[in-house]
Amino acid sequence: MFDLDRWREIFQSIRKNKLRSVMSGFTVAFAILLFTLLFGVANGLSNFFKAAFADNAQNMMFVRVWKTTKPYKGLQTGRRIQLKNKDFNYITEKYDDKIEYESARINKNFSIKYKNNANNYSVKAVHPDYQFLEKTTIDQGRYLNKLDLNQKKKVIVIGRLIKKDLFGEKPALGKRVNVSGSSFLIVGIFSDEGGDNEERIAYIPVSTAQMMYGNNDYINQINLGYNRNLSTDAAVAFGKKLEREMRQKLNIHPEDQSALSIRNMAEANKFVSIIMFALYLIIAFIGSGTLIAGIIGISNIMIFVIKERTKEFGIRKALGAKPSSVVAMVVQESILITTIAGYIGLSIGTYILSLIGNSLEKKYFIKDPSVQPEIVILATIMLIVSGLIAGYIPAKRAASIKPIVALRAD
Amino acid sequence: MIKIEKLHKSYPIGKDSLHVLKGIDLHIKEGEFVSIMGSSGSGKSTLLNIVGLLDIHDEGNYFLNGQLIKNMNEKKAAILRNKFLGFVFQSFNLISYKTALENVALPLYYKGIKRKERLKIALDYLEKVGLKEWANHLPNELSGGQKQRVAIARALVTKPKVVLADEPTGALDSGTTNSVMDLLKVINEEGMTVFVITHEQEVANQTKRIVHLKDGVIINDFLTKK
Repeated sequence: MFDLDRWREIFQSIRKNKLRSVMSGFTVAFAILLFTLLFGVANGLSNFFKAAFADNAQNMMFVRVWKTTKPYKGLQTGRRIQLKNKDFNYITEKYDDKIEYESARINKNFSIKYKNNANNYSVKAVHPDYQFLEKTTIDQGRYLNKLDLNQKKKVIVIGRLIKKDLFGEKPALGKRVNVSGSSFLIVGIFSDEGGDNEERIAYIPVSTAQMMYGNNDYINQINLGYNRNLSTDAAVAFGKKLEREMRQKLNIHPEDQSALSIRNMAEANKFVSIIMFALYLIIAFIGSGTLIAGIIGISNIMIFVIKERTKEFGIRKALGAKPSSVVAMVVQESILITTIAGYIGLSIGTYILSLIGNSLEKKYFIKDPSVQPEIVILATIMLIVSGLIAGYIPAKRAASIKPIVALRAD
Repeated sequence: MIKIEKLHKSYPIGKDSLHVLKGIDLHIKEGEFVSIMGSSGSGKSTLLNIVGLLDIHDEGNYFLNGQLIKNMNEKKAAILRNKFLGFVFQSFNLISYKTALENVALPLYYKGIKRKERLKIALDYLEKVGLKEWANHLPNELSGGQKQRVAIARALVTKPKVVLADEPTGALDSGTTNSVMDLLKVINEEGMTVFVITHEQEVANQTKRIVHLKDGVIINDFLTKK
């Protein structure tokens, strides 16, 4: 129902009453601007928290052991706890449905040598799943696989910076390096978002490490990725249960935190999500308050505008305007101003957010602040609807005033 | 054209009501040039408002162009006003942000006539009232007499059956009063029914029929020499 003539009337009314239009537009634009900035900053904080935990898989859990500090079942304190392959197998078999990734880990420090270049590096003996737990990205070649593990192959996957240290710009894939006296074949080169330290690491198969260094079945740590289908609460509970079970199995006092601990990302996730929830709650409260203030602002201005125009409406009606045409004119004008002003506020807001970008990340923990389009659209729709209501109610009242009364008004 | 029988109108004032029109009988035929005279409070403005469908009477019958005015809602009244009536007000009532031409064209907008067409018609009527050169001026750039002539052009533009003028010269000096009255005479001579409300004897004398109203009743009704 597009009526060019009516739009012409509306544009004329806006053009000829600039102050009034700008005033009501400003209220809306400012409300939307504040709303956009608030949500943008909140999202920036959320992005920062997410990024801070993004280096490792977010469903990671790891079982670590040290020495006992409490006597238990006749066993002394100071006993060193040792995890073994059977512990790893026990967990992975029993909780197969609750575990997505599984890897043991043995931590070593070895000298790695290629031709005349040699250096000491952290070498971790792991299972193939470790790639996903550490979020390792393979740049060249491949990661460790099951075959390497079964055949106890002497293969190694090296970090980008080890490759750089030892090979420079020359190719390293397929070359052999000397790892603490044994020759290993480089099958892959990786990078890692975690920073330089995470890229000066080399990975070898667990089985190979156990065969070569002591011929035992010791492992230092068990790393798991819990099933993502578990709720955060269920994952926390699973971690607790596993911890109790492991203590019992390894004869550790139930409260001996120093002997065994399971670090569970689910707990951190839960904490972060509670904080984010609280933050969003606050932002939603302030944001909707801003919007409501904007809505009240428009309503006020519209009431004033319509009062000012009562006489004009009276004239129009005396000349043959139906009440509905007066109402429609005011409402359309109100919606038009609201929409345009809302869009301006939104554009300025997103522009400011894009200027901020990542510049506040270090100091204020705001990373890439931005607003989801759907929230902004929702806010704009709210403002349009409120512009409609703000225009409709007083316009309806003004249009129902008898023209004779309206004409008398000054 | 306008036929009124035993018309009554009262306004509530607090708990009481003020009986303004106390049984008016009036018949105005097509082509007449009538003035209603009376002091303030005589009920003349109320009569004009009822005739102009700007207000509703309590009792009696009102026929406009043969049609009984009854159960009017705002929408119906608006359509009838647009079709049959042209208004001229004491305070001109031009829309301040529209030019003279746009003001004259406004009733045609509500009649649903296309923009080009209505601006053309409006310009013809402005020419008729001698203000063609002022077409693109805003009301506050015009003198009182010019404003009233724009208002008259606006009242005529829809070719109504009756032009209703409420104290059309009330805000004008005597020179411009005469020019406005001359214009109304010309219109009447072209066959338009003109219905003027005034309290000035000189203005009334220029019409063809004078109706005196006092305290809500017609005290006399006679034709002038013209």
